[in-house]
Amino acid sequence: MFDYLFSLNPGIIGYLVFLITSVAVYGLFSLGLNLQWGYTGLINFGHVAFMTVGAYATTLLSLAGVPLLAAVSIGAVLAALLGLLMGFSTLRLREDYLAIVTIGTSELVRLVALNEGWLTKGAFGVQSFPLPLENFRPTVGTRIGMIVIISAIFGTTLWKLAERCVRQFRRAKTWQHQVSAIASGLLGLLAIRLWVVSAIALYDFRSSPATNGLLFIVLITVAIVFWALERLVKSPWGRVLKAIREDEEVAKALGKNVFAYKLQSLMLGGFIAGIAGAFFAWQLSTVYPTNFEPLVTFQAWIIMILGGAGNNAGTLLGAGIYWAYTALTRDLERLPIAADQVGALRIMVIGLILMVLMIWRPQGILGNKDELTLGK
Amino acid sequence: MTNPSPPLMPVLSATGLMKSFGGILAVNDASIEVTQGSITGLIGPNGAGKTTVFNLLSNFIQPDRGRVLFDGEPIERLPPYQIAQRGMTRTFQVARVLSRLSVMDNMLLAAQQQTGEKFWSPWFLPGRIAKEENAARDRAVEILESVGLAAKANDYAGALSGGQRKLLEIARALMTRPKLVLLDEPAAGVNPTLIHQICEYITYWNRQGLTFLVIEHNMDVIMSLCDRVWVLAEGTNLAEGTPAQVQSDPKVLEAYLGS
Repeated sequence: MFDYLFSLNPGIIGYLVFLITSVAVYGLFSLGLNLQWGYTGLINFGHVAFMTVGAYATTLLSLAGVPLLAAVSIGAVLAALLGLLMGFSTLRLREDYLAIVTIGTSELVRLVALNEGWLTKGAFGVQSFPLPLENFRPTVGTRIGMIVIISAIFGTTLWKLAERCVRQFRRAKTWQHQVSAIASGLLGLLAIRLWVVSAIALYDFRSSPATNGLLFIVLITVAIVFWALERLVKSPWGRVLKAIREDEEVAKALGKNVFAYKLQSLMLGGFIAGIAGAFFAWQLSTVYPTNFEPLVTFQAWIIMILGGAGNNAGTLLGAGIYWAYTALTRDLERLPIAADQVGALRIMVIGLILMVLMIWRPQGILGNKDELTLGK
Repeated sequence: MTNPSPPLMPVLSATGLMKSFGGILAVNDASIEVTQGSITGLIGPNGAGKTTVFNLLSNFIQPDRGRVLFDGEPIERLPPYQIAQRGMTRTFQVARVLSRLSVMDNMLLAAQQQTGEKFWSPWFLPGRIAKEENAARDRAVEILESVGLAAKANDYAGALSGGQRKLLEIARALMTRPKLVLLDEPAAGVNPTLIHQICEYITYWNRQGLTFLVIEHNMDVIMSLCDRVWVLAEGTNLAEGTPAQVQSDPKVLEAYLGS
């Protein structure tokens, strides 16, 4: 564990780059779900469908010679259109229908990917598709430029964490505030570590252009999507979404076109998950239908609930915790029990953590406790 | 209360409303008319179909048959949100506030034609949104002050008491700049002092030119507020007239007291 925190060994750095990328990809994916459930109250149990469409569209189009940026854009738009389709068929009905239709759709999409071999190569999977920046050999100047951009992102994160740390210390009326302040401080230190790791990886770009390049663009993408979402949910548009989450009849009575807003939320969440699908594919560098089992959807739910539904920063934090947990329990594989049993054990422990969290902090780590104590 | 000289123009008129649920005819050929600038009452014994009529007028439930004219235009086929946008705002029998939004956000939500509610605008028109928000906030504070909720503006709406929720719901309805407000039992579950206050607010806003249609069980409220009263029983019109006329109508007494 100390290796993760201090070592500059290239192997450890490489693994941390993998972790940061994973956090970013899953964070992006979960941000889409958070818009739909956390802000709008749409029960989407088939979020992975959007990711599947994004991943397959991006990889297959780029294999056919479409430039990567265009391929991702088309993939994301197709994912949004899938949201449109699901929404049109169910959003006028009661909300539990959406839950059923979404989980059905995600399995349907996966089974199409498995069986329509002429299009998706079926169980053989899509392989050796182009990866972003894999042939990019930046000069020192360019690399320093990239590090500056990354530093702006990490710097902003640190600034926000420091602000939160100071604010909680000032308020420190209860021990929770102190814990929160200390946690923010520790997170800040962790962010510095990840900043250093990212900077080293980018400076040493040639060591692995595809993974380092992916790190660079996924961080930028998450930053942009996060900023854009924050802008939206704090606007009057976001206020309408929250109103729909609370009581859609009231929203209707106040002249809001509830159906249109739900559709927008579902489509935008799908669009974001479609982008996440492209990154998911690039990180794996091969795409199989088995990558898109319903489990992936529930990983996003775990991430969102851990961090606090209805909170974008919480969702990203949830993704971080989820992957930190995965990394720290990797050593369990050395135990003298079968690998699949270890896998099951790790998931069981996550379930246990969620249960404890639901009892002690049902609003999630960054959620607002006051909101839960309110009656309808 | 003195009757103002009756204006001629009906702002809302519904004729021949029908609605059945399963085999039960809840509303059977009901009609109602609300004149511009009036406070009109809708009364009737429990189960008479008053709330259903409200739902039919605002199209929260689609009528099987019937015609609803608002400002001279048919609205019975419009979705509820469009009816609200045209200036007919309803409240609910049990006050429905958005618990996990602040009182202020409840109010701001109700403002109509907000640029910031369009999908693209938060990214591209932040200046215009901020300006509109400030204007809406000023108006919201003004309305909240008039009902004594200004001090609660930053609290969660879910933390309000039952009576305060009623007030917030009415205040929120006013925030939409309506022409006509449908109030579903504004005095239900509210203490006598607050009932008195609510009545005063309604009269005050009525003098400012706002038209009200009120469902109420509390006869004192109806008698003191309304210019005209429509009586519903078993889903159909029973009587119509001034409060005094209705009160002395033997059919109404029979419906209320049983034969």
